[in-house]
Amino acid sequence: MDIPLSRHTLSRRTLLGMAAAVPVSAALTACGSSGPGTSDAAASYWYLNGQPQEGVRAGAVKAFNKAHPKTQINDTSFQNDAYKTKIKTAIGAGQAPTIIWGWGGGTLRTYVEAGQVEDLTSWFETHSEVKKGLFPSAFGAATVDGKIYAMPCETVQPIILYYNKKVFDQVGVEPPQSWDDIMALVPKFNAKGIAPFSLGGQSQWTNMMWLEFLFDRIGGPEVFQAVIEGEKNAWSNPAAISALTKVQELVKAHGFIKGFSSITADSNADQALLYTGKAAMMLHGAWSYGIQQADGGDFVSSGGLGYMNFPPVEGGKGDPGNTVGNPAQYLSISSKASAEEKKVAKEFFANGVLQDAEVKQWIDNGSVPIRLGTEKLLAASKSAEFLELTYNIASKAKTFAQSWDQALSPTAAETLLDNISKLFQLSISPKQFAGNLNAVIGK
Amino acid sequence: MSALISRPPRRVPRSILPWLAMPALVVFVCFAVVPLVGVFVLSFTTWDGIGAIHASGLTSWRTVLTNPGLLHALWVTFLVMIVSWGVQTPLSILLGTFMAGRQRYRGVLGVVYFIPLLLSSAAIAVAYKALLDPNFGLGAGLKIKALSQDWLGRPGLAFGVVVFVVSWQFIPFHSLIYQAGVQQIPKSLYEAAQLDGAGRIRQFLSITLPQLKYTIITSSTLMVVGSLTFFDLIWVLTEGGPGDATRVLALDMYKRGWRASQMGPASAIAVILVLVGLALALLLRRLGGRDAGDSQLEGA
Repeated sequence: MDIPLSRHTLSRRTLLGMAAAVPVSAALTACGSSGPGTSDAAASYWYLNGQPQEGVRAGAVKAFNKAHPKTQINDTSFQNDAYKTKIKTAIGAGQAPTIIWGWGGGTLRTYVEAGQVEDLTSWFETHSEVKKGLFPSAFGAATVDGKIYAMPCETVQPIILYYNKKVFDQVGVEPPQSWDDIMALVPKFNAKGIAPFSLGGQSQWTNMMWLEFLFDRIGGPEVFQAVIEGEKNAWSNPAAISALTKVQELVKAHGFIKGFSSITADSNADQALLYTGKAAMMLHGAWSYGIQQADGGDFVSSGGLGYMNFPPVEGGKGDPGNTVGNPAQYLSISSKASAEEKKVAKEFFANGVLQDAEVKQWIDNGSVPIRLGTEKLLAASKSAEFLELTYNIASKAKTFAQSWDQALSPTAAETLLDNISKLFQLSISPKQFAGNLNAVIGK
Repeated sequence: MSALISRPPRRVPRSILPWLAMPALVVFVCFAVVPLVGVFVLSFTTWDGIGAIHASGLTSWRTVLTNPGLLHALWVTFLVMIVSWGVQTPLSILLGTFMAGRQRYRGVLGVVYFIPLLLSSAAIAVAYKALLDPNFGLGAGLKIKALSQDWLGRPGLAFGVVVFVVSWQFIPFHSLIYQAGVQQIPKSLYEAAQLDGAGRIRQFLSITLPQLKYTIITSSTLMVVGSLTFFDLIWVLTEGGPGDATRVLALDMYKRGWRASQMGPASAIAVILVLVGLALALLLRRLGGRDAGDSQLEGA
């Protein structure tokens, strides 16, 4: 009786020991695999997939690795919507890549407040040639409380109003010069069975671009600036209510393609609607040009694609030269990375980002890189006309507002996006929208 | 001496037994109990998922419980649960009874019905999303007006599509359970019924259905508790939209946690989800009665 009992307790103790040992050993192996035990330093780098941008990003890494055989960068790519979750989880778990690709602004601020990204201010002071070579306007969204936490990279991406010239000729109408023109065009296209506007509404930020422009054109940049500055009831500004009402009028007039709220932007179906002629116009980022060039057959090369800045709204206060969008993309360095990894990342910033080959590739894909002094290259490109428009919008805009969901904190941005889709669904009124968002101002 | 010799073979299996349970136990503790406790603790904190975790008492709970979004998500979750149960159960019973027959073609059909179960939810959702696209989908392709509705863009329709796709995916599984259940029913019952002159429908209503009582409870428990965890399918199909028409509790939790970076309230929703699941499972066991563990074949 005595022997089996002691055996029993023994076995239970080993059992518990085993239970405790399993996670520990799992953690040990995890540690072993995360640090590549080679003498060469390697930094990890995550970015977005989707052609043609993905190819340019991968090309820059490849060129850097080739030129620096001792210091390697391991790159991984993710889908846009999936990346936003993945990067947040990884940073929270202390498993962030060395180089963090992002949009700057409100999200960067949360990283900074959590002490997760390196302060690059002094690095930019010692490497002033890097800073001087880039668009000065790109540094705004990289700066938090006067310090620079990210390296601006890639391209400037204002939101552009695209239109299908062939469809406009077919219906016999001219591109809109004002909001009233837009509202007048809607029934004309609908009568021919063509949707006036394409929209990937399930992605929500796509709808948001409409509000960004309407707020600016009607009330000027001050209206949204007041939200950023945490002013009480900033969303109830009469200009804001007027913008929200106008967008609902457009929805009610069937201004957007049927089924827009189930179309995702990640699938590029919204772009396809424009180049296949099922929709006449589309409000989208400057990156859309490259996608339509790549996917739309001869649509772009045959001159089918028209583009312009968002037109003014009658009686609005905003400067029609203003724009919104992404002033640049941003690379930050994880503060959890090892000293060698950080060194590799900084080397990449100085000698790997926006090198001549990459600049040329961006231009070939119809984007304006944020490197200064590329005017000649832009003018020589086959997309010269579009690039000139982008360059002019970006450089001449009195206000280049950052995309709202990037400028706000994640909590406020999520409430904003949720309410925007309800607004477009007509399930809430402009007043309710303002009320719901006033509640998260400053959060 | 002889007793000593005979002891080792008996003792070895006994000391091995707990070790055999180890892998399952370790997995359960690591991936179910530990996270559950973690989530419970997190629900009393404020955390953006990136920075430091601050204890904040009942703040997260207050945020969640005073938000009308929670009631709406609970309501949608219950609707999905009840409607998909109502669609799946009768169809599964009929299909299961049909497949339990001995004819060869029924076996072949059974294999065909089984196919949706082999596909991952995400793949099913992507396929249906493409098929139902109002501009490039099946309806537009075949030029059938009735099919080119704004399936995922209108609240009522989107809800219907979610229930349909869920049913399409899970009916095969439940049919399989019912098939096994029907095959367990003693032949003698049907023979006796035939002698009494009962027709096929009468046999189904008076023998098959009552004999399937416990199979129905098992299958319903799986359906009801399983429907609380629908996430991947709805996420890919609608992301909870349009608006919040298909935003079930699991989606609400995810959006709060990862999109809005509010891990505290998201954890509170997760705890609610666990409690609702446990309560439903217990309720269904109760419905089965005290004799649920006994065989229903006794006295047959």
